[in-house]
Order: sequence, then C-alpha cells, then structure tokens
Amino acid sequence: MTGGAADHLSRLLAMVPWLLARQGVPLAEAAQQFGLTEDELVKDLELLFVCGTPGHMPDDLIEADWESGKVYLDNADAIARPLRLGLDEAMALLVGLRTLADVRGVAGRDALEGALAKLSTAAGDAGAAASAVQVDLATGAGPDVLATCRTALQQHRRLHLRYLVAARDESTERDVDPMRLVSLDGRWYLEGWCHRADDVRLFRLDRVIEATELDHDGTPPPQAVGRDLDSDLFRPGPDDLLVTLELGPAARWVADYYPVESSVESSGAAVGGLTIGLRTAETAWLRRLMVRLGGTARVVDPPDLARDVAEAAEQALAAYSGSPAPD
Amino acid sequence: MSSPTAQQRTERLLNLVIALLSTRRWLSKEQIRTAVPQYAAGESSEAFDRMFERDKEELRELGVPLVTGSDSAWFSDEIGYRIDREAYALPEISFTAAELAVLGLASRVWQQASLAGPAARALVKLKALGVETDEGSLIGVEPRVRTSEPAFEPLYAAARDRAPVSFTYATARTGQVAQRLVEPWVITSWHGRWYLVGHDRDRDDTRVFRLDRVTGTVRRIGEAGMFDVPDGVDARALVSGMASEGPARTTRVRLAPGAGQGLRLRAGAAGGNDVVTVPFHDVAEVAETVAGLGPDAVVEEPDDVREAVVERLRGALAAHRGTTS
Repeated sequence: MTGGAADHLSRLLAMVPWLLARQGVPLAEAAQQFGLTEDELVKDLELLFVCGTPGHMPDDLIEADWESGKVYLDNADAIARPLRLGLDEAMALLVGLRTLADVRGVAGRDALEGALAKLSTAAGDAGAAASAVQVDLATGAGPDVLATCRTALQQHRRLHLRYLVAARDESTERDVDPMRLVSLDGRWYLEGWCHRADDVRLFRLDRVIEATELDHDGTPPPQAVGRDLDSDLFRPGPDDLLVTLELGPAARWVADYYPVESSVESSGAAVGGLTIGLRTAETAWLRRLMVRLGGTARVVDPPDLARDVAEAAEQALAAYSGSPAPD
Repeated sequence: MSSPTAQQRTERLLNLVIALLSTRRWLSKEQIRTAVPQYAAGESSEAFDRMFERDKEELRELGVPLVTGSDSAWFSDEIGYRIDREAYALPEISFTAAELAVLGLASRVWQQASLAGPAARALVKLKALGVETDEGSLIGVEPRVRTSEPAFEPLYAAARDRAPVSFTYATARTGQVAQRLVEPWVITSWHGRWYLVGHDRDRDDTRVFRLDRVTGTVRRIGEAGMFDVPDGVDARALVSGMASEGPARTTRVRLAPGAGQGLRLRAGAAGGNDVVTVPFHDVAEVAETVAGLGPDAVVEEPDDVREAVVERLRGALAAHRGTTS
C-alpha cells in the first residue's frame, strides 16, 4: 500500500500553511492540532527542513526552527497555500454539516448556515456528490431538550430532568450536572452527575420529558468521570439471568437489536427462526417485549417468565372481551 | 537496490510538488529527474520511470492538479509537467470563528468512522487559512457515527462515483442469501445503522439494503457515472419505512394511573390524564407498543388498532399457554 506516504504528504501540505500563519506557535499546540506527539511533529519538521526547491542548496530549503519550543517556518513560498479540498474531504465536511443542520439545537443556526454556504462554494462538484451520503442524528426528543442541555453544559448550570425510565415504565425527577452530550449509534445521550443516584448516568434525550435549567452551579463533582463509550457500555453482567428465546422469522430482528449471548438457526417446524440466549438483570422489559411480539417469539426458559407473559396477555385480553373472536 | 523508506518516499513526493509548483515553465521528465534528489539518486532510468509514474498517480489521487503541456516550438513532442497553481490552492474563504467551530463539529461526526482521515485533513486545511476557532459553545458536544460494516467503504465510494455494484446479501426477514446487482444511490445512517438505497437491477425496483447484511466482496460491475440518481429520492423515508404509510393518524388509549410513560411522552400528555391520544403512522407499530404494556393500556379507538392489539395478545397467549397454572 502506498497510502502511508500520500497521507503523510497531505498532512505536511496542510501543516506548512498552518504554521506559516502562526509563527512562534508552541510545539505542543501544533502537535495537538495535527493529532501528533511532539516527537512526531519534530520528525515532520526535520523532514520539511531537508526539502525545498530544485538545486537544494541551503538557500533553497525550507527553514524550520523549533529549538526554543516554538515553531518558526520560512522559505516555503511554493506550498504556502493549502491544497484545495479533495472529494472525500469536502464530502466528509458537507455531510457532517448537513447532519448537524437537521439536529435542532446542536449548534448555532447562523454559524451552521454560513459554514454550509461558504463550504459549498469552495467544494464545487463535491456538493452534488455529498448527497450520496446522509446521516440522521435527529434526537427524537422534544424541541428544546438538546438546546437546553447544551446551554446548561456550556454555562455549567445544573439541570432538572423529568426522565422516563422505560425498563420500569416510570417517570422520574432528578437534578443533574451536565458533563457532555453525545450521540451513540443514532441516539443522543446526556452524560452527567446524577444527584439522585450520586453517580455518573447516561440519559437518553428522547426519554427526557422535560429539561429545566436551574439557577444553581452545575459543575460536576471531582469524582465524576466520563465513561469510555466505546467500551462495553451495555454489556450485561455475568450474574444476570440467562433467558432463552425462540424467535420466528418475523422476530429475527430481536437478535440484532439486543446484546445476544448465543444464537442458533432453528430447524424443523421453526425453520427460518433463531434460538437465542441473552442475559438481563431485569425481566419486566422482556415480558413487555414478548407480549408485543404477539406470538412470533416464545420464551423457552425460564418458565416463570413464560408464565408472566401468558398472564399479562390474558389479563390484557379481559379488557377487550367485547371484541369479536377469530375463526 | 533497497526500497526507499516511507520517510524517503514522502520527501520525494514533497520535493516533486515543490518543484512542479515553483516552476513557471513546463518541466521535462529529465529536468524533473535532476530537480528531485531522490530521483537523481536512483540507478536506472527504468527505476526512475516506475517511481515517477507511481508518484504522478499518487499526487492526482490527493487532488493535486498535475497538468501536462509544452511551450517549446522546437521540441513540441516532448511533454512537460507542472502543477496548475491556481487550481492547486484552496480558495480564500473567510470563515468566522463560530463557523469554523461548527466545521470542527462536522468533522468530529466522523471521528469513529471511515471518513475520519479526510474529515480531519479537510479541517486542518481550512484552519490553515489563518482563522482561529471559537469552540466554547460546542465543548462537550459529540455527534458521531460509526462505520463498523466492512461494506461501508466500497459502497460509499460506489455511491460517490455512481458506479453499479454487485454483492451477496442476506435478506433481513428470512436470512436467505442471494447475489444482488445494484445501482447505489444513497447510503444513509438511520438509528445507528447504515443502509443503502438503490436500484436493484434484477428486481427492476428501488430497494433498501442493510450494510451489515452485505457479505463478501462488493464488486464494481460498471464504470463511474454510469447512472443518474432520480430526483426526489427520499432515502430517509424509504429506510424508516414511513414513505408509504400515508398521513399520521391517532389512537385513543386508556392507561392505568402512572403507567405507559412512553405513550404519554409520545402523546405530549405527560400530565395526569389517563386517556391519551397517541399519533402513529403504522398500525402494527402502535399495536405492538400498546400490547407490550399488557393490562396497563387499552385501546378505545379506532377499531383496526384495537383488533391489531387483540391479535397480538392472543398470539402471545397462545405461544405461552400451558405455562399458566
């Protein structure tokens, strides 16, 4: 693969104009800007130092000085302007901006529209190509929830949330010091220090019934540490109950939707289906799921849960006893 | 002859770019060979030819406008090279600090995804224009998508280039596997999953594919630009299955006190009233939601929703009957 040298060249061609516009920038700041360690940045500067215009006499070479811990660059006129955006580069930003434009309250409207208009002009053909990619990060929350949370986050104010705990079908009230707003697999979460739980919690924005900014400082306590959201956030514990479900073809999606421990294709009568095992700490949500699946899936084990499902369905049916029976 | 290190290759490319940007005249291949020390050090002209061909290709892929021509009336058969300086440079755009901050946020959308590299490079180029960014109002905001599906990159590139593809696909409902020939129109992320919307050639119809059900290699079966995407394709609507559901309807549901918080939220009636009016598009969807609440939620009207709920309750009961004592 030749991608290494091309990527590296691309970085250098962006770095030179950036540094030229910021003579004397601290090494550390420049390194952070390019996602490099200081040593890696120095390697780049050493490379620039030996390149230059044909002849390659000392006068022809790029001058780079970083001895003082601050970076000075000179004699790089040929590459003083940044290279125009490549197709993928322009698309990545355009798609990103269009995505944000659809998320109400995530950023200032004027800044979004201004950036989109200016970038579209500079990007040329990429503008049309960018419509080949669409990302939907809509919050599914009430109109002002995200904006209220963002303002509180920015101004370090405490929030009062009315929040739906779906697993228990319960509306709760709590005060939260906001830490960050993050979208994860298509859902938005507020991460914050919850004063009710005395711990860091993630709140799904589409389950926030109401968010109110309180007249109270909302700086999270020192022990509030954000979670690594790329780790196994939703992995169930080994002590959780193991449940076995038989999924018909119409219920196969369940295996994709929930963290499944085992999955086996069904044979015989249940062909096209799956038998799955999953672990969970609570069963109320599972009982609800099995009733809603309306017989396209069945609890194999434990029997208690199967009995709960049957009872819930039977009791619910009693309310509809006036309905005509099938056959 | 030892092959050059990555470092030496970068030096070679950078010197080549500088030489071709700083020349006012066309440079012949021989002049280029002398001008770039890493070429001059090579032993044979075959080796130089190979390196030069590869380097030209690489520069073009980065978007460097390498052009050829000749300004010699006497040696007009000799091709010269240079980089078009006007086309090379990013136009001067005057972003405000707030706009640049939003662009930073836009690039962070990709930080866990396959366009992370291009997104970060693009941002650095824009920052090279000299504006300082003001990210104060966006601290702690992390919009992002992931592209863990191996099919993302080839399908993204094919949709970008409008090139038809073939791939093996496992149908969502049955798991049945078949080869599909598709003109990729739009790839779209919805509720955390990537989908492809395109024209299925064998079925001669618009189809939606989930990228994590594409198995094996995605192959291009035609040139770039071979098809046009019809106007008005609403990929999001197709993917969410809302396209053909018609106008929104409502259903009246009686809830047990304190129960059905999700339905109350959806009805915009989180308060005390236990009879709520819930908007819906899809009878099956709302019936499943109500059925899931068991005896805590009863549909009062309309009849089709009532019947759909009853059908699900009977199904669930039948599947679990015999377990009641």
